[in-house]
Amino acid sequence: MSPVPPQGRRRAMFGLLLAGIPLLLFVLAAIVGPMVVAYDPITTRTGDRLMPPGAVLSDGSVAILGSDQVGRDLLAQVLQGARISLLVAAATILAAGLIGLIVGVLAGYYGGILDSVAMRVADIQLGFPAILLAILIAAVLGPSVLNVIITLSLARWVTYGRVARASTLTTKQLDFVDAARAVGASDARLLLRHIVPATLTPLIVMATVEVGLVIISEASLSFLGLGTPPDQPSWGTIVANGRAYLNTAWWISTMPGIALSLLVLSVGGFGDRLRDYLDPRGSAAHTQL
Amino acid sequence: MTPYLVRRLALSVFVLWGAVTVVFVAVRLAPGDPAQMMLGTSATAQDVAALQVRLGLDQPMPVQYGRYLLRVARLDLGESLRLNEPAIVAIAERVPQTARLTVLAMVIAVLLSFPMGILAAAGGGKPIDRAISLISLLGQSVPSFWLGIMLILVFARELRLLPSGGADTWQHLVLPATTLALPLVGILTRLIRSGLLDVLREDYIRTARAKGLAARVVMRRHALMNMLIPVVTVMGLQLGQLLGGAVIVESVFAWPGVGRLLLEAISNRDYPLIQAAILVITGGFLLINLLVDLSYSYLDPRIRLA
Repeated sequence: MSPVPPQGRRRAMFGLLLAGIPLLLFVLAAIVGPMVVAYDPITTRTGDRLMPPGAVLSDGSVAILGSDQVGRDLLAQVLQGARISLLVAAATILAAGLIGLIVGVLAGYYGGILDSVAMRVADIQLGFPAILLAILIAAVLGPSVLNVIITLSLARWVTYGRVARASTLTTKQLDFVDAARAVGASDARLLLRHIVPATLTPLIVMATVEVGLVIISEASLSFLGLGTPPDQPSWGTIVANGRAYLNTAWWISTMPGIALSLLVLSVGGFGDRLRDYLDPRGSAAHTQL
Repeated sequence: MTPYLVRRLALSVFVLWGAVTVVFVAVRLAPGDPAQMMLGTSATAQDVAALQVRLGLDQPMPVQYGRYLLRVARLDLGESLRLNEPAIVAIAERVPQTARLTVLAMVIAVLLSFPMGILAAAGGGKPIDRAISLISLLGQSVPSFWLGIMLILVFARELRLLPSGGADTWQHLVLPATTLALPLVGILTRLIRSGLLDVLREDYIRTARAKGLAARVVMRRHALMNMLIPVVTVMGLQLGQLLGGAVIVESVFAWPGVGRLLLEAISNRDYPLIQAAILVITGGFLLINLLVDLSYSYLDPRIRLA
């Protein structure tokens, strides 16, 4: 990606807003959708089972995405799944980012034994395939939305921790931090007013790469039966549910996956633009490794 | 042995120790008593207590941990609760299947991503470049469990070209290996494209062209060779990640590898088997990363492993 000239900042802002539209639509669908097309996990209507997309159901409504094996509208499930997916992604990014920020900044600022322990733990975690650690934690905790958030936060804090630590090590050597210390600023003040703000931009850039990964991880865990419980339809559980009906009802597994892929693409596009806006000199390749 | 190799090995042992400890803690945090689990609900309290003594579960935690470390060091990972054989034996039977799957996935990824990356870089900015960029972006955005099911729908159910699951013939390997490979194709293609575009700007490329070498020779001898290092690094790191991805892909295609064994062990709460599967996968991951590190000095003689 080529460097953005100063007058390019307005253009980067415009690109950011434009790329935000699909993501905004997803968020709106997740908030408003379930109010319009209510999801009912209990009622089963055997007359409406396995209806293809566009079919008219017995109550006169149109199942735009078809219905599942007990006659539940698939669109309602996909909209409900969008809530779970976005909720888990947002909560995980916040929690993992916060753990990473606190551990990374303290390790980088104070160094010593705290730093050594934190970074060795990070080494161990990076020595594991991330999904394996998530599977292990999820298997121990059992399926629930909160447990998925805990699992993914524990599995993904390391990247933020490393970025926050590296950024702290750079910032604490800068002259303005020395100056603040010279006029008697306390450690707490230095950390909160000077060090932490400087680490936020790299952490946000990191988060834009992570959102898509977290969304896919949640769906994968749920697909394996280790994520959300069956009465909380996440896209992963709907896809898993549809596997038994591939011969007769291809739409059950297909539709949530399309929604999921579109969301990950939207998030990726928005992340690229946000990176251009926040960090015009950095290249996408730089943050990927 | 060079000091580098010693340090690298020490780090691997340390990470393996960490993994062993994480698994020990996780399995003990899990709900349910292993002795109760092994005997079932009909067992009497005396039977459970007797088995707890036999398994050493009545000992204090540090003693249990010490004994556990000693057993792991002897590769004694306990008996599977369900399969009536040592966990390590059950895993060893499945390792070749997972190895076949991941190696073929890597081969597919390399065979697809090099031509795509080179074509994209050669046609920088043109429609072919944009098309390839879009494909590689899609490869990274589509979750593999869903991609696998879509491939089953198209190639097994509709076209009836390939089997949807199982592991009897080479045809059974095509869909799972392709599914596992596609996210990697996305990553490698982007990396090869950007690496080539960087290298092609270098002075020695201009020199090579100026002395009249054919474009093909410049590409192969001068450009490709010099961007291999980052590509091999990522390939190595990703080969490890493939072992994680294999857990999901094996579940989709009923492929009888270590990953599916792990998932079965989890649904059966077969803790010795869970423990063994995770340790074996982590060991494989560490070994691959070690080999990748060692291969740098071979690829780039300028790198001295010191």
